Amino acid sequence: MADGTNVPIGGLAAASPKGRKTAMQKFAQRRSTTGFLLCLPLILLVACFVVYPAFYAIYLSMLNKKMTAFVGLGNFQFLLKRHTFQLVIFQSCLFAITAVVLKALLGFTLAHLMHNIPGKNQKIWRGLLLVPWVIPLALSTLTWWWMFDPSYSAFNWVLNQFGFANVPWLGVGWIARFCTIAVNVWYGTPFFMIMYLAALKSVPEQLYEASAIDGANAVQKLFFVTLPMMRNIISITVLFSLITTFADFDIVRILTAGGPQDMTHVFATYAFQVGIQSGDIPLGAADSLFMFPILAFAAFFVLRGVTKRTKEIAA
Amino acid sequence: MSASAAERRNAVAAKRRNSLHSQRLWALWGSYIALGVFVVMFLVPPFYTLVTSLKSSAEISAQVGSPWLVRHPTLENFWYLITYPNFQRYYLNSVIVTILTVSVSMVISVLAAFSLSRMGFWGSQTLSTSVFLTYLVPPSLLFIPLFQIIGQLGLINNFWCLVILYPTLAVPFCTWIMIGYFSSIPRELDEAALIDGAGYLQMLWKIFIPVAMPGIIAATIFAFTVSWGAFLYPLAYLYTSNQMVLTVGIISDLIRGDVFQWGKIMAACLLASLPPIVIYAFLMDYYVAGLTAGATKG
Repeated sequence: MADGTNVPIGGLAAASPKGRKTAMQKFAQRRSTTGFLLCLPLILLVACFVVYPAFYAIYLSMLNKKMTAFVGLGNFQFLLKRHTFQLVIFQSCLFAITAVVLKALLGFTLAHLMHNIPGKNQKIWRGLLLVPWVIPLALSTLTWWWMFDPSYSAFNWVLNQFGFANVPWLGVGWIARFCTIAVNVWYGTPFFMIMYLAALKSVPEQLYEASAIDGANAVQKLFFVTLPMMRNIISITVLFSLITTFADFDIVRILTAGGPQDMTHVFATYAFQVGIQSGDIPLGAADSLFMFPILAFAAFFVLRGVTKRTKEIAA
Repeated sequence: MSASAAERRNAVAAKRRNSLHSQRLWALWGSYIALGVFVVMFLVPPFYTLVTSLKSSAEISAQVGSPWLVRHPTLENFWYLITYPNFQRYYLNSVIVTILTVSVSMVISVLAAFSLSRMGFWGSQTLSTSVFLTYLVPPSLLFIPLFQIIGQLGLINNFWCLVILYPTLAVPFCTWIMIGYFSSIPRELDEAALIDGAGYLQMLWKIFIPVAMPGIIAATIFAFTVSWGAFLYPLAYLYTSNQMVLTVGIISDLIRGDVFQWGKIMAACLLASLPPIVIYAFLMDYYVAGLTAGATKG
């Protein structure tokens, strides 16, 4: 990575004769100037469309609905008192945590199963299992919506064949919550699987041999060899996924649009409804800003994990 | 006597080998069966998309028998979409937006990654950390202020705004992947190039890009995936059908009020998922390698 290659050059220059020193310094300077210029498009893009909007969001969230007066933290207070928004907070946390835990468990199981079968066949199975993750989420959610459709539901037909009654999939709050989580798990599990599979392959075989000689059984191998070796990648993947799941928009928007009785709204869909559809931009901005502390918290742990790993690798 | 002892020992060893062998075999078959169950579960929605897309509207609304089977397969939904001007428009818009997004993102991120992996300048370490942080910013956090900004730029309901905004989602991760690949290139290579009198851009073009081709492919696929499948930005910023891209176009055009033309919607989903499926079918290995390396490397 950027480890300051100009430093050794500078050190070399200090020891050499005067004329060379300036040439070397010029070289180092040119190198860093070129480096900066090459980064300029990236810096501009991030500054104009990520950093500036972030501060602009804070400013927007402190205006009144017509954006004519400054109201301080009024929008945040208003949101927190609103019953719908309390539901939004609850559902966002429930959605993100349940979905991530399920994805992590299923992904882990799948990775282990994949690891058991010979490498030649892994490619085909992996290809098949990655299909949910390959189809654009907005489009596959449409199919789920169609399968949950109240009058034509394909799932209800199967239930009827086994003698069960129809289930109002998206019509009753808790069932609809379950459906949004199920779709997210279906979509996200393959990602966990490939991450874990890569991690499993990186565990050295000698460790298993050593533990086998010490008489460890399969469960002990899992808990004392596999999991500690994979701890870093598990935590990083989980936190990554926590961020994307927490900020999810597509599934809830298409499947339920927040209903029934606002019970499936998450931060993103509620911000869309309030800010874009009802035109109350400051309130929408305030709503999506509520995501920020939670995302920052997760990002902090991701970064800490990443830097710790880098240090371990360097050591 | 010694022969019989050796025989006995051999027999014991063979027996143990067999039991180990059968145990392994059981584990193998168990894994296959469990994987098979998962594959079936995972492939139910795509299968149902295909089945529905082959049905006529009459067959869907008749509701006789199993919805999982097609009785009179027909391609009329596909034909309708292919000859439907709006759908052609969405497809074309998606293709234009994606090609531009991918090119812009790749140029920005390859240049930045080259600089961040090889040329230290003041603040370059901070910059690579903040690139990583930017990747963690989800689109749903900033779409409301961006709505105002896009409005001030006069780009609301204009698909060019997507060409500006999608790179913000693709560039951070692409840069991250490319930094990893570029850092793994031995420094002897660039020293050799410098001695031969190559400039930095020549070095990038003639050495780094060819050597890091797998990384470039992975990053390109990521940028493609982001811009082909994004839903929130086009839904929020585009509202007339001549500007829409596929993801929003299908939803807003084929669903009118309470009339759902499910056969057509499903056929449209299939046609729209075709490019990603084809790309992944051929280049999956590169993508998976880039993704796992990008996330596991520091």
